[in-house]
Amino acid sequence: MNTEIILETQALQKRFTGRKPFFGEAKVVRAVDGINLKIRRGETLAIVGESGCGKSTLARLLVRLMSPSDGTVVYQGRNIANVPAEDMRHLRRDLQFIFQDPFSSLNPRMTIGALIEEPLLVHNIGDRQDRRAKVAAMLARVGLPASVIDRYPHEFSGGQRQRIGIARALITEPKVVIGDEPVSALDVSIQAQVINILQDLKEALGLTLVIIAHDLAVVRHMADRVAVMYLGEIVEQGPVADLFANPKHPYTAALIAAIPVAQVGARSAAAQLQGDPPNPIDLPTGCRFHPRCPHATEVCTTTRPALAATGPDRWAACHHAATLSLQGHAATGQTRSAAAQARFDLYRDRSADAARTTTPT
Amino acid sequence: MSNPVTLDTAPSRQEVSEVLPPKQSRVWRKLRKNPAALLGGGIVAFFCIVAILAPVLPIPGPAATDFGAVRKAPSAVHWFGTDELGRDMLSRMIWGAQASLMAGVVSVTIALVIGVPLGVAAGYARGWTDAAISRVTEALLAAPFLILAIAMAAFLGPSLTNAMIAIGISAVPIFIRLARAQTMQVLTEDYVEGATAIGLTHRDIIARYILPNIVPPLLVQATLTIATAIIAEASLSFLGLGQQPPAPSWGSMLNTAKQFLEQAPWLALYPGIAIFLVVLGFNLLGDGLRDALDPRDN
Repeated sequence: MNTEIILETQALQKRFTGRKPFFGEAKVVRAVDGINLKIRRGETLAIVGESGCGKSTLARLLVRLMSPSDGTVVYQGRNIANVPAEDMRHLRRDLQFIFQDPFSSLNPRMTIGALIEEPLLVHNIGDRQDRRAKVAAMLARVGLPASVIDRYPHEFSGGQRQRIGIARALITEPKVVIGDEPVSALDVSIQAQVINILQDLKEALGLTLVIIAHDLAVVRHMADRVAVMYLGEIVEQGPVADLFANPKHPYTAALIAAIPVAQVGARSAAAQLQGDPPNPIDLPTGCRFHPRCPHATEVCTTTRPALAATGPDRWAACHHAATLSLQGHAATGQTRSAAAQARFDLYRDRSADAARTTTPT
Repeated sequence: MSNPVTLDTAPSRQEVSEVLPPKQSRVWRKLRKNPAALLGGGIVAFFCIVAILAPVLPIPGPAATDFGAVRKAPSAVHWFGTDELGRDMLSRMIWGAQASLMAGVVSVTIALVIGVPLGVAAGYARGWTDAAISRVTEALLAAPFLILAIAMAAFLGPSLTNAMIAIGISAVPIFIRLARAQTMQVLTEDYVEGATAIGLTHRDIIARYILPNIVPPLLVQATLTIATAIIAEASLSFLGLGQQPPAPSWGSMLNTAKQFLEQAPWLALYPGIAIFLVVLGFNLLGDGLRDALDPRDN
């Protein structure tokens, strides 16, 4: 694995301030609270966590769809949190975003052809013929017929629209693509299709992917590394297989225990997590997870744990990371029936053929 | 198997390129099925055609007097009768349609041209721009539409052009409000954030993302406001602030007719019916458009 850092955040913070009441202080939500993240070139990094933990805010900060309250986001040596707006516009060629909701992320008044071509126009890429060829090639890559270019988004299903969204995001051949829950709005069968397309394109274009997700099954399938977020902080980080097999933070263990198991007798005893995440306006003292943690002790209620190394490329923010032995989840998803394998291979071949025949090189 | 996203579910080519529904204009399909909207459209089209054809129709001039035939009831020679100066009422009705329809369309165009950019600016920029534009809009809205139009027409001086300007300006706040609210609503859509994400400028976002998406409600409002503007023009002309004699307009014809309600009721009848029909036509058409452009039900 390449360890060159392509995108890095330092002490990144995003605070949302409420309306100031007549008496007292305005309430502040710390959606992202001091995140240090190093994203390596060519990897797929998954950021997981419950709803409301700040994942989507973090995703938007990474490409400056929101401006941070504090801290930096460094891309190729430049802090994109404060580059001039015009420079940022040019940088967007390299930093693209895939939205969660395929039903509201495409302009209903533009044709599919115009939607996919638009980023090329914005960044002055190619002449008219080049752009048309690129659009046709990209449509083939996401598995849509070339005849769709004159149609409008409302004529398509959710999965098809998400593939259009992916085509639009990848047409400029960006370096980094952030996906804000790119498949969570889709049916499970369609999810697999979209994930496969995303992975194929990642290989073909040498992308770095950052996937925001709450579905650990998706994460396990796609990611190289995982960062677990809880209430605006990263509580654990590590390579996907290692982290799933051997979680160091009780929160990660609880998330893993919540994965449904389709095997008699393999279910974990009881749900480990109780209650809802605390109100992010009124955060708990010490470790933010301690009110819900089955292993919490005195120190957890008073002292906030820092993210510390627990092994090679492994980090966890828990006072007891070294002593706890937490239940992991061994890899089981690798056994594939012969028929499934054959179908999978066929799909890959056909996709590759389609991409080859429609790319005029 | 813990993983629902297994590779078993990888799609075949058939699944990926599934058959798409045929392309059709949903708006037109829905409008065609709405008899009230078709009726409204028909009425509006009828009056427009008649008004446009006024110069070529075999009718006497609208100002040609015939003192041998003053205040004559409808007959084979004068289908709609004649007025107090012996002018042919049918001719004056047809020429008056020009004034009324023009007043409606021109004043609403003025309102759109001024109101939409201000409304979009307020909704897009927010902050003090919005505050300034909205406060002025509210001040204008505080005065009733017709009173404002009368005051402004009186200030500008009586003529059809000034009446149109006065009505147009009085209708501006409606369009500022609507454009502002619609812009704010479109701004909450992911596709506007998506436009920022691919690197579009504010100008392009407004031109390609905001404006096309706020057109349907503005179109509906414009159609309905044309009806209001036609009434306003008739009211101003009735008060002597609009079309000046001898040129005809339905409002000024009503003004004259009120002196002869007993002797020649047809003088008031025809302009009254015409105003009623045109306003009804625009309202039915506007309502039909509103339903047809609503994407919520197909």
